[in-house]
Amino acid sequence: MTLHPTSPKFKENAHQALGDTQLQKALGNVRQGFIDKRVHAAERLPEFEALRDSARDIKNHTLAHLDLYLERYEQAVTAAGGHVHFARTAKEACDIVGAICRRLEAKTVTKGKSMIAEEIGLNAHLEGLGMEPVETDLGEYIIQLRNEPPSHIIAPAVHLTKEQVASDFRRVHKGLDKDRDLTEPVTLLGEARQVLRERFLAADVGITGANFLVAETGTSIIVTNEGNGDLTQTLPKAHIVLASIEKLVPTLEDVSQILRVLARSATGQDMSVYTTFSTGPRRPGDPDGPGEYHVVILDNGRSAMLGTDFQDMLRCIRCGACMNHCPVYHAVGGHAYGWVYPGPMGAVLTPSLIGVDKAGHLPNASTFCGRCESVCPVRIPLPKMMRHWREREFERHLTPATVRSGLSVWGFFARRPTLYRLATGLAMRALAFAGGGKGRLRWLPGAGGWTRYRDFPAPQGASFQERWRKERANRKVA
Amino acid sequence: MSGNPKNDSAMSNARAEIFANIRRSLGVTGTEAPRRDAVDDRIERAPKGLIPGRGQVTGSERIALFKAEAERAQASVAMVSSADAVPAAVADYLRDHNLPAAVRMGADARLASMPWGETALEITRGASEGRDLNGVSHAFAGIAESGTLVLVSGEDNPTTLNFLPDNHIVVVNAKDLAGDYEEMWGRIRFTYGKGQMPRTVNFVTGPSRSGDIEQTLLLGAHGPRRVHIVVVEG
Repeated sequence: MTLHPTSPKFKENAHQALGDTQLQKALGNVRQGFIDKRVHAAERLPEFEALRDSARDIKNHTLAHLDLYLERYEQAVTAAGGHVHFARTAKEACDIVGAICRRLEAKTVTKGKSMIAEEIGLNAHLEGLGMEPVETDLGEYIIQLRNEPPSHIIAPAVHLTKEQVASDFRRVHKGLDKDRDLTEPVTLLGEARQVLRERFLAADVGITGANFLVAETGTSIIVTNEGNGDLTQTLPKAHIVLASIEKLVPTLEDVSQILRVLARSATGQDMSVYTTFSTGPRRPGDPDGPGEYHVVILDNGRSAMLGTDFQDMLRCIRCGACMNHCPVYHAVGGHAYGWVYPGPMGAVLTPSLIGVDKAGHLPNASTFCGRCESVCPVRIPLPKMMRHWREREFERHLTPATVRSGLSVWGFFARRPTLYRLATGLAMRALAFAGGGKGRLRWLPGAGGWTRYRDFPAPQGASFQERWRKERANRKVA
Repeated sequence: MSGNPKNDSAMSNARAEIFANIRRSLGVTGTEAPRRDAVDDRIERAPKGLIPGRGQVTGSERIALFKAEAERAQASVAMVSSADAVPAAVADYLRDHNLPAAVRMGADARLASMPWGETALEITRGASEGRDLNGVSHAFAGIAESGTLVLVSGEDNPTTLNFLPDNHIVVVNAKDLAGDYEEMWGRIRFTYGKGQMPRTVNFVTGPSRSGDIEQTLLLGAHGPRRVHIVVVEG
């Protein structure tokens, strides 16, 4: 279950992922598709960079006034006939949802895609109450059949190949022709549509997430391509929205600014197909829509991030661009990160939510190449925050002993420049000698992790500092 | 409403504690006048931010932009010169795609006043229960910037018609095409009142799709496989 993190085992997870041929094949789709699509969408909109600034500023303003916007939002929802519930923890959120479903004697509960539902482990909770939660986003549906957590925040089944999906459908969809052709994604989609249509119509309660909550009007917003979220929330007796405190934005105009960067950053669309603004339950005269409208607002550690080095992370709009552009994510996929949120945003958020003692490996799994920050639609300084986590890990003595002693040896020399130059000079000459004429080393004591897979380049010529001094001296002469 | 009294008291504790935590973290009390004024002012004025140049065109250029963007999102678009020509355009579309000559629609007065009797279309009315192949809706507005339709819930245009039928035909008046989202929100406020919203506002940009299997984009996931827009000029 997703509630139990395997983040402490990141290194083993990653190792396994690198050797998983199915996974590596599937990850090829991430490496290819998302990056080009985002570039093309951004190029078509000359104001894209300025809109990123605008989106960042709106989120910053909202976070600085979060208590007040939450109050306004709550008033507006209540005025529209809806109910707002506050949950400090995952358990409280599950209990609130469970109580509503039980009161309505729900048997089938359909679900639109919600990362908060993953975070609180809602499906297991509902199953424990004897209800059947049914994921309706195609990707979420597939991973529910496999009893797996999502591996990407907007493409939950991106780690799977179509052959794996076909085999799951054959296993689960009983009563269909055994010899049916499931080789193409289009037939898989058609089958899921047919199976899930019945579930939509039978559902007693529908649960969705929220991309945004609008303080001005008490509106919750979902952004989808499939339309599953809309069928989930429109057909049953009650619609329950799961959201966290940082989803607030002040006005409809503010949402419109952010929508212009959301889909472009996520899938490279100008707009996702469906952007749905929901305000309260069915009204007098309405022929359809849910009879009850509830919003569960989760904290789960977020309020403690405000006012800290990690406040900027609360700007995140969950587009997935950071993981789509991350060389580490490309190599190991989302499951290796071991909890709900993978990639760079997960490497920053997960230690905040489950503790750096459990998730300390994640901010270390970064090359600091900076691509994540360069594509983030709300300009979150992700590498800087990963550095903050490394510092805290070090301060709390959570870093492994070998790293700590290595760093203190380096620190000893780094604080003594003459000794440092002498030692590095000697080491360079020794390595150059060991490399011989080939300029590379096939084996190096203490660096087996490197040389087992590739040669270590032997240093050549002068050190950086020597060259620097020489160049500067030359420049002065000139 | 959460279920039982015990939960309700836990709820109010949770609410109080979350607000207290937010305020402690931000170093505020919640009573500071400048902060409250800033929030009241932003909600009152709803400043527009940066509007892209793309949608800032008028007249026939705006209609052309809406059409081009909707087609980019894989909707099809037909232009008619008056509301009276809509039923024939709908009948043509269904015939061209070998679809049954039957549609479901809501109580929208604009749709009701059209000469459906001049066609052979069989018309049923009200919300969809999932057995209709073709739905017809009248949009509140369209947005040229992204080729987006804006539909509002209610008896006139039941929300289920936007999602359950395989083929969704949407009528929109050319005069209701806004350049950008912000212009459209102005009209929502004018129609429904400041701070008020219809129960559901649906932005629809093309037909339903999914890329969840190997990132291959396919149309017709859970919502309509086709979206056909009839723009009424004049």
